[in-house]
Amino acid sequence: MSLTIGMMMALSFVASLVALAFLIWAVAARQFRVTQADAEAIFEESAGADHPPDDPTSFGFRAEGADTAMTGRGLILTLVGLATVWLIVGSAFGLIASLKLHLPDWLTGQAPLTFGRMRTMHLNSVIYGWLSLAGIGVAMFLVPRIFKAPLQAVPLGWAGLVLWNIGVAIGVYAIATGWTDGQEWLEIPWQVDGLLAVGGACFAAPLVMTALRREIHHIYVTAWYYLGALVWFPVLFVVANLPIHSGVQQATVNWWFAHNVLGLWLTPIGVGAAYYVLPKIIGKPIYSYRLSLLGFWALALFYSQVGMHHLIGGPVPTWVVTLSVVQSVMMFVPVIAVAINQHVLWGSNLWAFKRSLPLRFVAFGAVMYTLASFQGSMEAVRAINTVTHFTHYTVGHAHLGAYAFVSLVMFGTIYYLTPILTGRLWPMPWLISAHFWLVAVGFAIYFVSLTVGGWLQGTAMLDATRDFVESMELTVPYLQGRSVGGALMTAGHVLFALNLVALAFAGRGEAEPRRTAPAPAE
Amino acid sequence: MNKVLPLAVTAFAILAFATLFLVILPAAQIRGIEPAPGLEPYTEAEARGREHYVDLGCYYCHSQQPRSSDQAPDPQRGWGRPTTPADYVYDEPHTLGTMRTGPDLMNVGKRLPSEGWHLTHLYQPRAVSPSSLMPAYPFLFEVKAEAGPDDRVVAVPEEHAPEEGVVVAKQSALDLTAYLLSLDRSYPPARRDLRDLGYGEEG
Repeated sequence: MSLTIGMMMALSFVASLVALAFLIWAVAARQFRVTQADAEAIFEESAGADHPPDDPTSFGFRAEGADTAMTGRGLILTLVGLATVWLIVGSAFGLIASLKLHLPDWLTGQAPLTFGRMRTMHLNSVIYGWLSLAGIGVAMFLVPRIFKAPLQAVPLGWAGLVLWNIGVAIGVYAIATGWTDGQEWLEIPWQVDGLLAVGGACFAAPLVMTALRREIHHIYVTAWYYLGALVWFPVLFVVANLPIHSGVQQATVNWWFAHNVLGLWLTPIGVGAAYYVLPKIIGKPIYSYRLSLLGFWALALFYSQVGMHHLIGGPVPTWVVTLSVVQSVMMFVPVIAVAINQHVLWGSNLWAFKRSLPLRFVAFGAVMYTLASFQGSMEAVRAINTVTHFTHYTVGHAHLGAYAFVSLVMFGTIYYLTPILTGRLWPMPWLISAHFWLVAVGFAIYFVSLTVGGWLQGTAMLDATRDFVESMELTVPYLQGRSVGGALMTAGHVLFALNLVALAFAGRGEAEPRRTAPAPAE
Repeated sequence: MNKVLPLAVTAFAILAFATLFLVILPAAQIRGIEPAPGLEPYTEAEARGREHYVDLGCYYCHSQQPRSSDQAPDPQRGWGRPTTPADYVYDEPHTLGTMRTGPDLMNVGKRLPSEGWHLTHLYQPRAVSPSSLMPAYPFLFEVKAEAGPDDRVVAVPEEHAPEEGVVVAKQSALDLTAYLLSLDRSYPPARRDLRDLGYGEEG
């Protein structure tokens, strides 16, 4: 048996390395025919020309800045609006769950209000409601731009919107009433998941059809991530939700799914958007377009195999745990590739970072992606995992990825695209700034609290001379800190929603966009 | 990177490769195994209790997977020996957990074998463990003026007791307690080769 196990491990590792070597060769030998000029495919001007900065909020509308006639514009704006509704609902659940962790006798009267359900309603609202809908809305905005073809099959998209929202709403309600599939990230009953699967297909079809109707030769990097995600998520979702798994085998499927939702769904949504919005707002291409190729394929290869690091030290075969630990560490490769591309770009154009709030959100989110991934690779190392596994440290890490990275990139992208689609400027720009500082400060408090508290909790749990209860008691001030941070983040989300509502209603009198000359790059 | 189909096919192939290693091969190794000698199927009451354990989300704060003493002092805490896949054959959904806001419960039935203790603890955890952060579950109980002949009366210290009447366990509380008391994997381990031995052979 140990021979088979060693063989399988070695095979996977060697295959990964061979594939990586192939990639490096292919990039070097121009097999993929990617050139730096392709990085400028997203600009209207030809490659090498000057591209003016593009962000109506900060630089005013360009001559062709607004696109109020875009096909599917109403669908995209509705997706953004409903995503924001889920954000507010999910934040409220999250804040209640956070408070309950240090106020255990608060709201104990009814089962739907208990921590175990509130926490779950929070997760499902923000992942399947907020992030997924925002990501799809952003994809429907970006894919037609990248492929230079109008969005196809918009009515299908509307059907997807209806089905998906009903699915998430029934799912969250089911969890409240105690009807659950009972696995983290997969709680929505599989009977309800059918709605999400059909709804997801209705979202995917217009995007794929638009890609096939393209008018351009080269596919820009953002679209690689979106096409990948559109292939990956349906496979993950359907396989994991089949009601055929049980026991420890089910746990392996559970974590294969749950980590791939982060790696192959939320990460492509965030990284893909950042790859478009950062260069577009700044008006300069990313640092090294060929490097982005390495980043994409290495992400697909390594990220898809990291899930078993959630079961380190558990009742699963050693080889599969070790495989995931190795691939988790290999994640440094794609993350560094993306980091070089994105951080060099905004870091060498700080004038834009200072002036454009949407850019600041996206750049901040991109930095958090780098940090979250580095942290995740380290957490998968056995010696560190022994301390952090089973503690609040992991919860802090999860929010660094799903919140500080993906959510902030989504905020920035929505701040960027809404004026373009509506032809209206944000009525209260100061709210954007207030939103940024509330979530930045709130998240800093949140993350530091859970990271320090979680680490202390883990070291206490490993000390046989200390009673287990100590590891719980010592977390109380840190859990209170987390609630303070979470409250600030939630307040920021309310401002975001207010600004959206104000833009929807206040701008009616001045539907004609204010056209000003683009500001010169300083 | 100028064609949609090759990109989609390659992306799919990479995920299929990962699925082979993370889903299919572990399933081939684990799914067919016999339950450990000494592991009993859940009774009807225990199975109903397990459903409450899942739908109330107990597993978000309690793991069911003691680590080996090579890695952590879990066995010294009375949480039991490290587990193997043969200990979970009847578990669907699995409740391995990822968090220890509270202690591991794989052997809580052996460690805390009193039904009365569990009922009081579920009604008000702080009645038995003053600093506990566990939620109270009063909705699993009802307060009656007088207990009927078949009622299971729960002992509650005065400071946590209702002003009038007695606290009586509902069927859900009795089932949940039956499940907790059934958690006992103290029999000898089977198929230790199928657990993570990455911290040492004691695994």
